Amino acid sequence: MIAADKPIRAADAKLLHVAADGSIHHGLRTDLVKLLHRGDVVVANDAATLPASLHGMHERTGAPIEVRLAGRGASAMNAFVAVVFGAGDYRTRTEDRNLPPTLLEGDVLALGPLQAVVVSLLYHPRLVSLRFMASTAALWEGIARHGRPIQYAHVGQSLELWDVWTAIAGPPVAYEAPSAGFALDWRTVAAMRGKGVKFATLTHAAGISSTGDPVLDARLPFDEPYYIPETTAVAIDTARTANRRIVAIGTTVVRALEHAGNDGVVAAGPGVANQRIGAADRLRVVDAIVSGTHEAGTSHYELLRAFVDDSTLQRADAELEAHAYRTHEFGDSILVERRLALPDSAWTTGSRRRESASRLLAQVGAK
Amino acid sequence: MQQALQGLRVIVTGGTSGLGLALVSALHAAGARVGFVARTTDRVAEVEWLHGGTVGVVGDVSVKQDIHKMAVQLLGRLGGVDVLINNASDLGPTPLALLGDTQCEDFERALQTNVLGAFRVIKALLGSLTASAREGRGALVINVSSDAAVNAYAGWGAYGASKAALAHLTKVWNEELASQGVRFLALDPGDMDTPMHAAAVPDADRASLKRPETAAREFIAAMVDLLPQPIPNAAVSRKAS
Repeated sequence: MIAADKPIRAADAKLLHVAADGSIHHGLRTDLVKLLHRGDVVVANDAATLPASLHGMHERTGAPIEVRLAGRGASAMNAFVAVVFGAGDYRTRTEDRNLPPTLLEGDVLALGPLQAVVVSLLYHPRLVSLRFMASTAALWEGIARHGRPIQYAHVGQSLELWDVWTAIAGPPVAYEAPSAGFALDWRTVAAMRGKGVKFATLTHAAGISSTGDPVLDARLPFDEPYYIPETTAVAIDTARTANRRIVAIGTTVVRALEHAGNDGVVAAGPGVANQRIGAADRLRVVDAIVSGTHEAGTSHYELLRAFVDDSTLQRADAELEAHAYRTHEFGDSILVERRLALPDSAWTTGSRRRESASRLLAQVGAK
Repeated sequence: MQQALQGLRVIVTGGTSGLGLALVSALHAAGARVGFVARTTDRVAEVEWLHGGTVGVVGDVSVKQDIHKMAVQLLGRLGGVDVLINNASDLGPTPLALLGDTQCEDFERALQTNVLGAFRVIKALLGSLTASAREGRGALVINVSSDAAVNAYAGWGAYGASKAALAHLTKVWNEELASQGVRFLALDPGDMDTPMHAAAVPDADRASLKRPETAAREFIAAMVDLLPQPIPNAAVSRKAS
């Protein structure tokens, strides 16, 4: 696949459709609504993206650093989990970035108008919990004025907040854009209504997608808070009762809905998604996902394995490759429908887990 | 009215002077959760301090780079928005000038503030406004208009043309987003005794002008008419973090 290197929502963006029967179709993303059915509920993540990259200095050593906020701390409004990089910026690939100077508890980080103290180290030289020494108002102002959107080397130009906010962006709680939502514009939302497709949102604080360190990346995604409005929960339960489909825009929506709907009914209100979703998991709420294209091995890709079997995913990968789909957050999209259900007994979590574990072992053995 | 606005999240641009300040005061007194924007740091701090619990943000709606920085702070601290009042306005040339005497730069500034500024603020807050509508809280955008948007008055060309453009945009926004549950309204407050009016017509008889507090009350009455009553989940603050 080709890296999408400009922050534009291409008018000719492609959409690969992996249908419930395993067939694969090529189309345009502007035709997404044609693939939806009357009565479907489309759920998107309306989180706006924070300017979560803060450049500054490690005061004890005077070394330049970049702090990427990655999650809220549990203890206080001004506490965060953060990934710290050494000198340099997004133009260097994350995996090639310098480590920060050795961080110690109590170290002060000067980040533009803000100061933060390292509260604790989180088992890794790059991962810390921070506390900002600022009032709530000063913290918001400091982040808004000094922060930049987190970005990666494949997009050359410096991103602005308007580049990383989806059309439906609302509460600024995401650390990186819930980028599947770039597939949505207001024309599409209006077309859904015209077709009798219900549009609903939740808010999920999407975390960072890469730390540049394989050990840390293996722990992604971190726990992510979400909020499901009552009206969204009701729309989902009504649709499921009527055997209609739930279409998630993005992996964060799948993660939130499957977490909130663990017992089969989606609970409204706040929650923290702390589970990983992969081939071993049976989806209880979501029937289809619209996503960007992702490389095998990432947590996004793993999540797709809950929708379809590996051979279908591999065929989809081959089609994406053969037709030069563009990858990363500003790239093309896929719509993956959950594989038509087998008889319930064949789908018990235990047997699927065993099946997938043996398949994994077989793959490892083959290498 | 006290009950009607309890928990309603309202953002006012140009909130430290004239009608904007009167709106911040009246909305705050009526129990709304008020966010406001203005250009001067000291004035924002003062108005915030005088109206405990309001969220004041420094920014200039005519500057593209300021819009999302303001939106992050307002939405982050309020948790969302139910009503947006685009009140910040620029007169164009001051004192007012005939079109033949109007500098292009003065006209451009009026358009940047009154047309593009309002447009950009709406776009940045649209996700939150439509979310409010979907959650049954209602969602409303009030764009402050003027008699000069409708009638041709000598000297009011730059301002009047910008407000006419804003009024037309308001209608198109309303047409496009009525199905999403967001209402758009252009309201003319009338000639008020405000610093802006004094800049436009320095020798006006102030006693003949409407008090901004009166116009603010009229705006709030129009707002209440268009919003669901009572506001559902008004006491529940929406947080994902």
